[in-house]
Amino acid sequence: MYSWMLRVNTVLTLSVTVLALLCAVASMADNLHWHTPSVELEVVNVGPLERLRNGDDRVTLSLNIKADLESVFTWNTKQLFVFVAAEYWNPEEGFNQISLWDTIIEKKENAKINTQVKSKLLRRSTRIGYFTYPFQGKDLKGRDFNLTMYWNVMPVTGVFTTDKVVVPGFQLPQSYN
Amino acid sequence: MGAYGDLVASIKATNFRHVALQTISLGMIVTSALIIWKGLMCFTGSESPVVVVLSGSMEPGFRRGDILFLHMGKAPIRAGEIVVFHVDGRDIPIVHRVIKVHENIEKGDYEVLTKGDNNTGDDRLLYAANQLWLQRQHIMGRAVGFLPYVGWVTIIMTEKPYIKLTLQLLLCVQYFLIGVLGLLVITSKD
Repeated sequence: MYSWMLRVNTVLTLSVTVLALLCAVASMADNLHWHTPSVELEVVNVGPLERLRNGDDRVTLSLNIKADLESVFTWNTKQLFVFVAAEYWNPEEGFNQISLWDTIIEKKENAKINTQVKSKLLRRSTRIGYFTYPFQGKDLKGRDFNLTMYWNVMPVTGVFTTDKVVVPGFQLPQSYN
Repeated sequence: MGAYGDLVASIKATNFRHVALQTISLGMIVTSALIIWKGLMCFTGSESPVVVVLSGSMEPGFRRGDILFLHMGKAPIRAGEIVVFHVDGRDIPIVHRVIKVHENIEKGDYEVLTKGDNNTGDDRLLYAANQLWLQRQHIMGRAVGFLPYVGWVTIIMTEKPYIKLTLQLLLCVQYFLIGVLGLLVITSKD
C-alpha cells in the first residue's frame, strides 16, 4: 500500500485534477468582468488614391489612434491583440475588412495607446507586433468606410474573446490622382 | 525439457475466459478513446479539434507546446480571428491570424489573408505558388480556447528521436506478445 509508485501516481492524479479545475474556474471568472474602454479614431489625411498594375486601388491613410484599454485587463489576461480595421461593403460582393494597424499589449501599464500612423506599405517597427498595412482593394473610389478598433483578449488559460468599438462615417477620395 | 513442459502446462491451465475478458477490456478502453475523439470532431465541425502549436510565429501569444481548441462554426470568418489552415502540398496545419477579409456573396465564399503575429510579412510566402488568398476549403477551424504547456507531451513523443524509437519498440514487443498469446489460446485444450 505504501510503494513509491503508488504515491507518485496519487500525487500526479491529484495535481492534474486540481490544475484542470483551476483553469476552468479562471476562464469562467472572466465572464464576470465589466470593462469600460475608451477609443478615439480620427482620420487626419486621406492620401492619394492610386491604381495599381493588378487592377486594385490603393490609398494612403494617416490616422490618429487613441485608446485606453486598461480596464480590459484581468488577472487571466496574457495579452491583448489590438488592431484597427477599415470595413466597407461592396454591393456586388459583400463585406470587406482590411487591417490597417496592429499592436500587442502585454501589460496593463502599457494599455494606453496614443499614436499617429500612416497606413502605407507593410512596415515593421522595433516593438514586437507593430505593423501597418496598405489599404488596398478592388474598386475603392468614393467608398464609405468604418474604422473599427478590435481587441482580442488572449487568456492565460481559457476561451478567447474579442470586443470592438466602431467609428463610422469616413469616405475615400472620389477620383484618382 | 522439464522446464518447457511445466511452462506449457501452466499456460494451458490459464482460463480462456479470463484472457478473453482482459482483451475485451483493453479493446473497450481503446475504442472509447476513439469514440471521444471522433465525437469531438463532429461536435466542433473541425477535422482536428485540438492542435499543438509547433512554431514560434505567433509569439508572444502562443509558444511551442501550447494547446489550442478549435471550432469551425457557421459564422463567417472575420479579421482578428485565429484560424488553422492547410496549404495544398503541406501536411502541417498552420495557426495564424486573419488580417484581411473579402466576401463574395454570389459565390458564397470568401477570401482571407493571414499573418503570424511575430512574422514580418503576410503568409503569401507560405501559400501555394500563385495563391494569394485562402478560401473556405483551406480553413480547418478557428481557435476558441487555449491551454499552455500541455502540448509538450505530444511534441516530446513525436520529435525526440530516442523516445520515439523506444515507443515504437514497445509497440512491436506488445504486438508480438499478443500474437504469441493468441496462438497459445487457440492451441489450448479448453
